[in-house]
Amino acid sequence: MSRIEPWHQLNWDWRAAGNFIGGGSGTGLLILAAVAAGQGTAYWPLGFFGAILVGIGLVCVWLEIGRPWRALHVFYHPQTSWMTREAFVSALLLPVALLAAAAAAPFIHLPAIAGGAIWLAALLAALYLYCQARILHGSKGIPAWRHPSLMPVIILTGLTEGAGFLVLAIALIGGFSVWPLILLFILLLGRWMSWRRYLANLTETGAPNKALAVLNGATPMINILGHYGPAILMLLALVTGSLGPIFFALAGLAAIAGGWQMKFVVVARAAFNQGFALPLTPVRGTGKPGPGDKPGWNKSGQ
Amino acid sequence: MTRYVMIADLRRCVGCQTCTAACKHANATPPGVQWRQVLDMETGTYPQVQRTFVPVGCMHCADPPCESVCPSTATKIRDDGIVEIDYDLCIGCGYCAVACPYQARHIVHKRDLAYDKQAMAHEEARFDEGRMSVAMKCNFCQSRIDTAKQTGQTPGVDPEVTPACVNSCIADALHFGDRDDPNSNVSVLLAENQTFRMHEELGTDPGFYYIWDKNE
Repeated sequence: MSRIEPWHQLNWDWRAAGNFIGGGSGTGLLILAAVAAGQGTAYWPLGFFGAILVGIGLVCVWLEIGRPWRALHVFYHPQTSWMTREAFVSALLLPVALLAAAAAAPFIHLPAIAGGAIWLAALLAALYLYCQARILHGSKGIPAWRHPSLMPVIILTGLTEGAGFLVLAIALIGGFSVWPLILLFILLLGRWMSWRRYLANLTETGAPNKALAVLNGATPMINILGHYGPAILMLLALVTGSLGPIFFALAGLAAIAGGWQMKFVVVARAAFNQGFALPLTPVRGTGKPGPGDKPGWNKSGQ
Repeated sequence: MTRYVMIADLRRCVGCQTCTAACKHANATPPGVQWRQVLDMETGTYPQVQRTFVPVGCMHCADPPCESVCPSTATKIRDDGIVEIDYDLCIGCGYCAVACPYQARHIVHKRDLAYDKQAMAHEEARFDEGRMSVAMKCNFCQSRIDTAKQTGQTPGVDPEVTPACVNSCIADALHFGDRDDPNSNVSVLLAENQTFRMHEELGTDPGFYYIWDKNE
């Protein structure tokens, strides 16, 4: 019996989610580490770690493709493919980020190179993050991915996860400053609002019921872990005095975990395909056409 | 120009799946993979219900999302409108499969046999390692279409150069031909009947039409 209602796609699994998790967090960290470097935070450990996260994401993709030894073919279609564009950006991003981190490291210390390389890495990281958002948007067969409202979610969660890593790193080295908290709070607010808007718009324009059930079912935990939790922890960090750095670190961790859960849910669990539909049924004999059907959808829109 | 399209007359299709079997025979697709299949769709609510048999597969879109997302250029649109895959270029990333809103693409990573451990003679003879772990889908039996250029025959009219599913249809529900030729079989059918295309709202300009009634 053929399937008619949308069913979960079988081609992208946790490895694809791993690319969006590693790539998003890594690029977010590279962008915010550049900002933090201007405020006096050491860049090199953050830069190295950001590049490693992006690299882990790329390894996940490499593990997923059916013909890994043909991986270089990914560079063949920059004209229209956002996956090719992501690959080109990654080929520049990783060496530039590693160069920036090395040049900023105290045991090498090349400030003339580090200054430009840090910002170039941040620019490439922003491009990489944008490519990731466009990759999902280009997946026309998956209604929960192609919706334009998902793009700001992917970008904002990448930046929020980066801010989470930054806050965590500052807490681990024993520092404490208010501006990373303000930055994290603003990004959390932005991510929370973009997620709400994404769910509302997806429901409004129409989506597979099962995808909506997955997304709506996961939202309370995403909010507790990724939005309300970090906000409360940040408040505690401000009022608890000596325990502040611990709550500071926990807020960063929660912001990261919430973003990772969000992307895992979207990429690996809510990826129900389009299914099949009939705008109307055929006329038989001298009868009239019957009404169409779009089984498994909350409404007959796109 | 030429734009090969397929037409399914929903008033005629009886859901016998002969086209599905013919496709499988012609293209040696592995178990569980059907480039052509016929959906059995029930619509309406009791007592006003209808049952419609809907052939589906690759729609050979003029603006195929699978082609634009493909990072390796393995997926291409030919001048005659057929969307083809170069198995030697494909990296099996699956991006085309999630970009296709018709669920027409398949990637098989492990060789499956119809009867578990022992390959049947035809499975052994027709196994193609080149199609493992890469995307595959209906290609309108493109080798037959290409033969037509050498023989001077007409796809959709001469069975030797017509897709297997169309040849096999017992109800004369499936038709194939050049939509850009105003005198072709499909152009006449499109002019005489009312049609729709699936998920037309997605803007892919599919090359697969469904007849639902004659013109008024």
